[in-house]
Amino acid sequence: MKSFFALSMFLAVMVLSGCSNLTVLDPKGPVAEQQANLILFSIGFMLFIVLVVFVLFTLILVKYRERKSGPEYEPPHIEGNVFLEIVWTVIPVIILIVLAVPTVQTIFALEEAPEATSHKDPIVIHATSVDWKWVFSYPEENIETVNYIHIPEDHPILFKLASADSMGSFWIPSLGGQEYTMSGMMNELYLQADEVGEYRGRNANFTGEGFTEQVFTVTAESEDDYEEWVEEAQDAPKLTQEKYNELMLKGHTEEQTFSGTHLQWVDHGMDAEYATKVRNGESTDEDDSSEMDHSEMNHDDSEKDSEEHSH
Amino acid sequence: MKLDEFFVTGDPLIYGADVSIALTLIGAIFALTYFKKWKWLWTEWLTTVDHKKLGIMYIIAAVLMLFRGGVDAMLMRAQLTVPDAGFLDANHYNEIFTTHGTIMIIFMAMPFLIGLINVVVPLQIGARDVAYPFLNAVSFWTFFMGAMLFNISFVIGGSPSAGWTSYVPLAGLELSPSVGQNYYLLGLQIAGIGTLLTGINFLVTILKMRVPTMKLMHMPMFTWSSLITMVIIIFAFPVLTVALALMTFDRLFGSHFFTMMDGGMPMLWANLFWIWGHPEVYIVILPAFGMFSEIISTFARKTLFGYKAMVYSMVVIAGLSFLVWVHHFFTMGAGGAVNSFFSITTMLIAVPTGVKIFNWLFTLYKGRIRFTTPMLWSLAFIPNFVIGGVTGVMLAMAAADYQYHNTYFLVAHFHYVLISGTVYACFAGLHFWYPKMFNHRLNERLGKWTFWIFVAGFNLCFFPMYFLGLAGMPRRVYTYGAADGWMNLNVLATMGGVLMGIGFLILVYNIYYSFRYSPRETTGDPWDARTLEWSTPAPVPHYNFAHLPESKGHDAFWIMKQERKQGKTQEKKPYKPIHMPSYSGVPIVMSVFFFIAGFGMVFSWHWMSILGLIGVLATMVIRSFDYDKGFYVSVEEIEEDQKRTTL
Repeated sequence: MKSFFALSMFLAVMVLSGCSNLTVLDPKGPVAEQQANLILFSIGFMLFIVLVVFVLFTLILVKYRERKSGPEYEPPHIEGNVFLEIVWTVIPVIILIVLAVPTVQTIFALEEAPEATSHKDPIVIHATSVDWKWVFSYPEENIETVNYIHIPEDHPILFKLASADSMGSFWIPSLGGQEYTMSGMMNELYLQADEVGEYRGRNANFTGEGFTEQVFTVTAESEDDYEEWVEEAQDAPKLTQEKYNELMLKGHTEEQTFSGTHLQWVDHGMDAEYATKVRNGESTDEDDSSEMDHSEMNHDDSEKDSEEHSH
Repeated sequence: MKLDEFFVTGDPLIYGADVSIALTLIGAIFALTYFKKWKWLWTEWLTTVDHKKLGIMYIIAAVLMLFRGGVDAMLMRAQLTVPDAGFLDANHYNEIFTTHGTIMIIFMAMPFLIGLINVVVPLQIGARDVAYPFLNAVSFWTFFMGAMLFNISFVIGGSPSAGWTSYVPLAGLELSPSVGQNYYLLGLQIAGIGTLLTGINFLVTILKMRVPTMKLMHMPMFTWSSLITMVIIIFAFPVLTVALALMTFDRLFGSHFFTMMDGGMPMLWANLFWIWGHPEVYIVILPAFGMFSEIISTFARKTLFGYKAMVYSMVVIAGLSFLVWVHHFFTMGAGGAVNSFFSITTMLIAVPTGVKIFNWLFTLYKGRIRFTTPMLWSLAFIPNFVIGGVTGVMLAMAAADYQYHNTYFLVAHFHYVLISGTVYACFAGLHFWYPKMFNHRLNERLGKWTFWIFVAGFNLCFFPMYFLGLAGMPRRVYTYGAADGWMNLNVLATMGGVLMGIGFLILVYNIYYSFRYSPRETTGDPWDARTLEWSTPAPVPHYNFAHLPESKGHDAFWIMKQERKQGKTQEKKPYKPIHMPSYSGVPIVMSVFFFIAGFGMVFSWHWMSILGLIGVLATMVIRSFDYDKGFYVSVEEIEEDQKRTTL
């Protein structure tokens, strides 16, 4: 009875969710696709396990329920059954091995750029979360955007993730899984779009009051359109440190475009203190003082930072 | 500090809470005075060291916290039902999900289970009390005062709002300057003292206080699960204690363990938190497994299938629980090797858990299944927990987890395991052992209403959330847009939440109804059950057993009953006076001082915290010079009690 109930629930929800799109299972790039395949593969096994347990459960409940009429039945004394217990230990172990192998393969595959386009040099984009906005720097193209990015389709993108303050998580569900942004550390995440389109990106890790609106848009377009956009963006007003420091203050902002990047003043993957200093009104600018900051900033830490960078 | 900074102001919901707290307090004080019950309250309850009474107080506190956490949940569901709702603002919503999570885990699930363990385990092992009865009272009162300290935050000073995980830097002073986070740190610290003491107390009790004839492999499964839980508590809780202390230093005294500035290591907090936090979820699930084992065995009229496998699987789960913490942050970028290792250890937990599921199924096989209310909860646990379990395996697959992490898929998973595991067990155990505690059963008809409404509501509430997660809805957002397409499933979830609330209200009504109308117990064994707690008369005398019972194997009481049916009678032995511990007011007074010290630290009023700590020390000194060796229960009193026994 319970299993019928659960099954009908499942169907009802499937039907209802037809109108809301299951983004994660509708991948728009090779990373999300590998993950969607792994998810669907595991769902198959899980449905099998659920089915076995539910059927057994229902059969046993129906067959051995207490009946009002009929003779008094005294259940036998059964302490266990070694054979059965081995069976239901070994079968799950086998299922887990079958699941673990593709899991580990995918984990390592996702550390590298997608295979199909590995002949192309990835475009590097630094993605930095700041309460409660996203700052993107294209060091090669020498442009900086806030709360949106453009990327070419069929081209691997290497995101270098860091945070200016609280820990965020960089997530574009249509293109692939998320990874944390942390202050004073840098993570790397390869993503790629195979289809032209607008995708939503967001911070997935709770960062306080403005977290819900800490979102950005991703425009995937043809290489030509992308080149055109880059050229246009390079004509945008120059990013000054004063302007950049304004971005460090807590709050939301609209989409913005600048030429130049903030990487000339601060690398949040190395410097965990920049945004806090700006907010406290302490000095961060002046080339020499920021260099001093760096050399002062704990010698033991620089070792750790280079390690973070190396992976 | 101005008064309007001290009290939380400006929100009608909070004013409503203020009024209801004041009215409840006034009502309670009036009732106690009117019925002249102050002395009774002090001598019978507040100073008690009796494990049964402490257990009952734990459970009452846990039900109150379930109500508080449930109201939090309802407010969240109300806000999320439709897109762009304006019922709660972001800050208020953040406070509510933070307190919901913290209260449900720390102040509801654990005390509910520890309460049932308190009532049942000494009786199951034939003991007259726990190993350290005084310590047991300290455990309860520190838990209670910790819970109260945490709870007053929403009317005084403001609630914490950095999530129950309190990740830094967000929870640090720079980004969360209000005192709310201090409440979290001090409330959990004080309650944590109680939990650690419980761990030590019950470990010793189960190992040393069993009747001499009860071998380890005779112990009822609930006692086994409690024993293993206590071992986990002893290893896990010190980690929490240290982590909380370090963050307290950061926030109150300017240290830099977890700060962004001056070389602090925010990631260290996440690691420490989950090195405690993952074993913690097994602390709240293993006793649940134990209860289901007892209840399923009782109402299938069969001994537990694969007893030894059940014990070993719990030992394996306990060991693995310390080797999986990184799966809470696969997305931290630790690298392929680390993520692969923790993926595999996490998946491995499914093996011993699966063994248990099949052992329960085969306990039912060839049984004579009676669908009583406790049994219904235990049966519903199996399919629901399997759904939670298989989605847990899916989350364990790190490469896929990058897509589930921080989404409603995760929210659905952990509610499926925690509600269908822990909460169903609390309800099942409450109905099952209610006659041991209160000498009457809960009404079965109302119990079944609660069951069906709550279970239907639970599935309706949380099953859609798996799909919300796959549709990209992150957890902890206070609202969403119509374009996101998440409304339909959220409406379903809210409907389910309302049903769960109705189920809870029927349970509360059932407690009142049964108190008034349920027939009183006469036998002490209302369910025809199998373990030693049911061999005690109704009501259970304060010394539990006039003669220590004899254990001839697993299901000791069942064996006794079988022998009696075959005509074996026990020879009457003369009673001897029984040595029992005296009640003491020291634990509650000590805990009040802990509360004062904690409250002072929350507001950095150091004179107050020093005063409180001096009080704590003073009560410890008083206890150290206490030469009260307890008292003896006279033979006459025992004989009088035994006249009520039909056995």
